[in-house]
Amino acid sequence: MFKKILIANRGEIALRIIRTCKEMNIRTVALYSTADRESLHVKFADEAVCIGPPKSSESYLNMARIMSAVEITGADAIHPGYGFLAENEKFAEICNEYGVKFIGPTASMIARMGDKISAKDTMKKAGVPVIPGSDGLLTDLKEAKKIAKKIGYPVILKATAGGGGKGMRVVWKEEDLETQWSNARAEAGASFGNDGVYMEKYIEEPRHIEIQVAGDQYGKACHLSERDCSIQRRHQKLFEESPSPFMTEELRNKMGDAAIKACNAISYEGVGTIEFLVDKYRNFYFMEMNTRIQVEHTVTEEVINYDLIKEQIKIANGEPITGKNYYPAMHALECRINAEDPANDFRPCPGRITNLHTPGGHGVRIDSHIYAGYTIPPYYDSMIAKIITVAQTRLEAIETMERALSEYVIEGIKTTIPFHQQLMKNKDFREGNFTTAFINTFQFKS
Amino acid sequence: MELKDIQELIKQVNKLNLAEVTIEKKDLKLTIRTHEPGVPATYTVMPQQTLQPAAPQPIAIQTTTTPQQTAAAAEAKAASTAEANLLTIKSPMIGTFYRSSGPDKPACVNIGDEIKVGSVLCIIEAMKLFNEIESEQTGRIVKILVENAKPVEYDQPLFLVEPI
Repeated sequence: MFKKILIANRGEIALRIIRTCKEMNIRTVALYSTADRESLHVKFADEAVCIGPPKSSESYLNMARIMSAVEITGADAIHPGYGFLAENEKFAEICNEYGVKFIGPTASMIARMGDKISAKDTMKKAGVPVIPGSDGLLTDLKEAKKIAKKIGYPVILKATAGGGGKGMRVVWKEEDLETQWSNARAEAGASFGNDGVYMEKYIEEPRHIEIQVAGDQYGKACHLSERDCSIQRRHQKLFEESPSPFMTEELRNKMGDAAIKACNAISYEGVGTIEFLVDKYRNFYFMEMNTRIQVEHTVTEEVINYDLIKEQIKIANGEPITGKNYYPAMHALECRINAEDPANDFRPCPGRITNLHTPGGHGVRIDSHIYAGYTIPPYYDSMIAKIITVAQTRLEAIETMERALSEYVIEGIKTTIPFHQQLMKNKDFREGNFTTAFINTFQFKS
Repeated sequence: MELKDIQELIKQVNKLNLAEVTIEKKDLKLTIRTHEPGVPATYTVMPQQTLQPAAPQPIAIQTTTTPQQTAAAAEAKAASTAEANLLTIKSPMIGTFYRSSGPDKPACVNIGDEIKVGSVLCIIEAMKLFNEIESEQTGRIVKILVENAKPVEYDQPLFLVEPI
């Protein structure tokens, strides 16, 4: 087993990894930028190395500095967490060259799933349902018409160089195609200097349901059921739960099988997530694969009673998995608490936490790196805590979450706790009736 | 004067490398004498009356009533101001700190050496590459803060330099 794991990350996930390492009797090395000198992960680790100034490119994203820290501490494994270099195939490759175990998949697995077009292709060949669409860029209006007819309206035209919702046009019927084709290309050209456009079937008000998977170094893969992450704002998840209120046993088996097929297609090693879009008819389509641990891994851990970080380390250590699938035995919810002001368009509010009282009690888990007197640095993401509640039924988990939210005192900064309190009271939410369009109709009352 | 005040005073005297400090107050005369830097100080306390637990007196070497005290205070003040003017050269990278570019080579710099912008101060080795760390200041090396062949992190203080 590894003697010393270096955590190439910060904040709550760094703390999360250190906790499991402590339980496994593995020494830990924390890395930190000068802005994170007072951070909890630095205090909790056995050793800590300052690797640079606040800017991520000169610290947490700087591979040379991270490898220097590996050198002077003699770490034999690196856990990349999520974000930063967790899905950077060059970094995985460098670790490999250095003889330091990158806790995650190989560089080539990351590369294959990182390229969206090649990932979709690999999934198609593996028999995983993908969103039907054009094979790459559309050459002209005639081809667009033909493909749209084949896959059926509504369709969405998407800019290949696109992002932030730009260069996208939904087309509801054939009569509108010509106009929308011109509009999409014009906007794409103007926004990205590239008017290349492709087409996909437009999934109306889909649910975002992802399947947790694990694969070992010997070709075995399994799934650990789903998480529903439909409640998002600008493609950022705000809330997750397991099981999904929209799930049926049949759908879970179908999606689980598809997820395992996806793993087997690339002989996936490590812990990962296959994200699917699910339409109102319970058709599901591959969206993308995340070849890392995710923020919301916690809800799966609570409903299955499993330590996913421990599993990552064991798999990296060459231990085999049983191949058994896991199903939720409880109901868990997670609210992401950000240092943002929901009354002011979720504007980030970094600053000093003057007073803190953390909720507790039966069924409450808090994953957080904040403490009273801690100053949240403005250089990194705004998530400061995750509240996870678990109970035997969804309603009880909601009631526990309401109680926990009301107990959570974070003073000195604005947080999204009031948003989550209103979310818990929302009728559609309570009925499990929500899709990725939910946030558009949700009105936060300040 | 309480014991912890005296201990603090001894610490300050040591830190400022003073040879001897005498403080005379209404009911107390205190002399602190050091031998050389690094050697723990000895002290003799000659109470003119029994030390009573009194209201804690603020420690200020600058509280002077005698010329002797004034001189010591002035010297202490000068020394502390001097240290406050010292520049700290911090490590720009992570790696292993070396005083010289080879085991049989002379040290890049020693205490007392004058350095200018571009002077090579030390070597920091990372990933089999030996990086010469060049000075961005002009001055004189007053103190070397890291031992040879020890690991250093980003921003770690390496040298204290007196600007000239």
